[in-house]
Amino acid sequence: MAAEAFLSEYRDRELLRFLTCGSVDDGKSTLIGRLLHDAGTVYEDHMRAAHRGNDLDLALLVDGLQAEREQGITIDVAYRYFSTPKRKFVIADTPGHEQYTRNMATGASNSDLAVLLVDATQGVLDQTRRHAFIASLLGIRHLVVAVNKMDLVGWSEAVFRVIRDEFSEFAARLQVSDIEFIPMSALLGDNVVHGSDQMPWHAGGPLLAHLESVHIASDRNLIDFRMPVQLVVRPNAEFRGYAGSIASGVLRADSEVLVLPSRQQTRVRSILTANGESDRAFAPMPVTVTLEDEVDVSRGDMLVYPNNVPHLEHAFEAMVVWMHEDGLAPGREYLLKQTANVVPATVSTPRYRINVNTLSRESCESLALNEIGRVRVETPRLLAFDAYERNRTTGAFILIDRLSYATVAAGMIVDRDSARPETSPALVPDWSRRLGQLPLSIAIRGTDALGVAGALRELLSRRGFLVEMLTRDAIGNLDPVALSAYLRRFAAITIIPMDAPGPLVVTCDEQTIAGRDAEAIYATLTDLELLVRL
Amino acid sequence: MTRSILSHLEALEAESIHILREVAAVMARPVMMYSIGKDSQVMLHLARKAFQPAPLPFPILHIDTTWKFAEMIAFRDRIVRETGAELLVWTNPEGLRENVNPFDHGTQRYTHVMKTEALKQALDHYGFNAAFGGARRDEERSRAKERIFSFRDRFHQWDPKNQRPELWNLYNGRVHKGESIRVFPLSNWTELDVWLYVEKENIPVVPLYFAKERPIVERDGALIMVDDDRLRLREGERPAQRRVRFRTLGCYPLTGAVESDADTVPKIIAEMLAARTSERSGRVIDFDEDGSMEEKKREGYF
Ligand SMILES: Nc1nc2c(ncn2[C@@H]2O[C@H](COP(=O)(O)OP(=O)(O)O)[C@@H](O)[C@H]2O)c(=O)[nH]1
Repeated sequence: MAAEAFLSEYRDRELLRFLTCGSVDDGKSTLIGRLLHDAGTVYEDHMRAAHRGNDLDLALLVDGLQAEREQGITIDVAYRYFSTPKRKFVIADTPGHEQYTRNMATGASNSDLAVLLVDATQGVLDQTRRHAFIASLLGIRHLVVAVNKMDLVGWSEAVFRVIRDEFSEFAARLQVSDIEFIPMSALLGDNVVHGSDQMPWHAGGPLLAHLESVHIASDRNLIDFRMPVQLVVRPNAEFRGYAGSIASGVLRADSEVLVLPSRQQTRVRSILTANGESDRAFAPMPVTVTLEDEVDVSRGDMLVYPNNVPHLEHAFEAMVVWMHEDGLAPGREYLLKQTANVVPATVSTPRYRINVNTLSRESCESLALNEIGRVRVETPRLLAFDAYERNRTTGAFILIDRLSYATVAAGMIVDRDSARPETSPALVPDWSRRLGQLPLSIAIRGTDALGVAGALRELLSRRGFLVEMLTRDAIGNLDPVALSAYLRRFAAITIIPMDAPGPLVVTCDEQTIAGRDAEAIYATLTDLELLVRL
Repeated sequence: MTRSILSHLEALEAESIHILREVAAVMARPVMMYSIGKDSQVMLHLARKAFQPAPLPFPILHIDTTWKFAEMIAFRDRIVRETGAELLVWTNPEGLRENVNPFDHGTQRYTHVMKTEALKQALDHYGFNAAFGGARRDEERSRAKERIFSFRDRFHQWDPKNQRPELWNLYNGRVHKGESIRVFPLSNWTELDVWLYVEKENIPVVPLYFAKERPIVERDGALIMVDDDRLRLREGERPAQRRVRFRTLGCYPLTGAVESDADTVPKIIAEMLAARTSERSGRVIDFDEDGSMEEKKREGYF
């Protein structure tokens, strides 16, 4: 192939980070080796090193971490890389031994997807449930259950189904919406990179095809604009910029912003991205922002939009994973790092600890290495944060020991509202809050109203919004005021195609915007920051 | 439709810039190791982006073993002129006095004295407590487990039992007096990513990466370039012009070339996508001992 063709093929791909987890001997090393080998990304010199005699041992391609284990070295995660013309992949490979919880949490923290290995001859085990729970706790939204060693069970669809059904039943309790089951033989290569002649009953494709196509773009929060300031850039008296990575949402030049915790309000003058000045930037882009007014901003402050602010408090509830041999000392002072802040913090006695095998809650006085529990954290400084479930950047923190400076725990902030389900009376379901979207109705008129509405619905739902579509017929005859009031009752985005000819109009709150097609409407919606949280 | 997804190169760039800024913000005395190769060039390019329009908030440090390719030194000086970066060059004075070289002392001792010891001396001399390195995890299997913030004790040694878990982008750079961290902003980049980025961003690299006729001797299976008359030719060795390029750059007597026709970045990328050997197969340094990288890392080499 010509050099330029390679370039265009490989330059603009997405990045998928995934985690592999399984118990010892489930075939994890073999699977990764198979993936790298069949995807054609293993170098010859590495390949030679992976032979035992004349036989290729796929597991040797990934260096089973055996030596380190024997020396008692703590390996939390080994990272491996491979590429196809569709995507670049980063595999976080976590060894499945005693340190599983700590290792898995580390690998999962930056992963979009988790591959859970299940040995078909053993079925769903405690470990499988534990891995699924930790993946879900760390906010992973896509699971692949790789039912391995199908060759040892005669490629049996019945065996596969039992595993699938059992796991699905358990997973209904987790916060993972997307679960894919793939029967495979890592050893023989069936359904890893290539399909399988042995299992024609499996309608879905092989693992790699799934990894190449799973839709992850809408996992990111592009709704709540948050930018923690990492660094003040001040080369001379004329320029004063605030550098940081956008944690979530979209930043636009000229918008009003609020500086937290001081609550000073000002306006964005310019946005400098890695590729020059821009009037728009989105998560996770690193930017340097200049502001209209001389406000006092320093590292750890957060820039947000005035109409969409995070929690700003001295305390929060969190799930923490304890990562150090010295267990949690309730009441003792730790250092807490959240976004760019490092502040003193105390942690309460755990409300409970989660038994990761049964997922039941147990009472406890402390948390030991690899234990997960629910605590309350207090800091003397006001912190701006969101629930982790909603924001994997502003809702995450680590705890650091004040004396040794060791990282002792990782935490995920729990939303206060969902935090006390046992104590509060039955809440009126606040759908828009739970869905994280504003009730918004969009009426579409025009010759192709139905087509445009359908396309817009498709766009919005691919970006993770719950969308309902009504046709004019379904509403009946209402005058404009009644119609508008009626539409607002929907706690979701409701798209109504009107078949009457006329200009295409989108109405929502007091705004009226003209547009042309679904893409244009969507762009307008995000431009107006209308899809904000209540 | 306005775009809201980063390409993989932009995502890697974003991660690296975040790391560079984080270190500059929290560490008292950072320095960037500058080895003149393509990875260093990419790292320097990212650092300039991270702090623009301000100059780099830290100096760059080159450990000069005195055995680098002449073209590397010329390139280094050109880059310093063009970027205005503050360059520090350090050579181990004892090594220099005793003329420690790869021929009389063996590669292992030579590397220890002229690279590992030299680096420690330089860090101590200037009091740096954080040093950026351009190493990538895909370079070599033992690096796969290396953290982005790699913790070193007061003897600059990597203590495998005392590394910190790294979650999200919440790096813990706290150190006590005398301790330090090595930081690898390119950890998640592969050789392919580096070249794709060099191409996309038009980053200058040492011409040795491009194929050209060069005077070569074949030694222990490696193609060694006769860069100056200090290379002691063995019995029967006669330099011959061969069309070669280098995939990694280091000390010329220890760096093997590959035969190639790739004389542009796109051709290098095309060649790499078709290539079947890893870039480290050209590094003599990895071959001479077992588990050598791991050992060197423990001693304080990158
Ligand atoms: N029959 C069969 N054996 C497998 C399969 N995958 C892995 N194995 C074997 O299971 C054992 C453990 O595999 P390994 O990859 O080392 O497991 P790990 O501990 O999870 O990394 C090895 O003997 C593999 O050859 C498979 O699909 N079928």
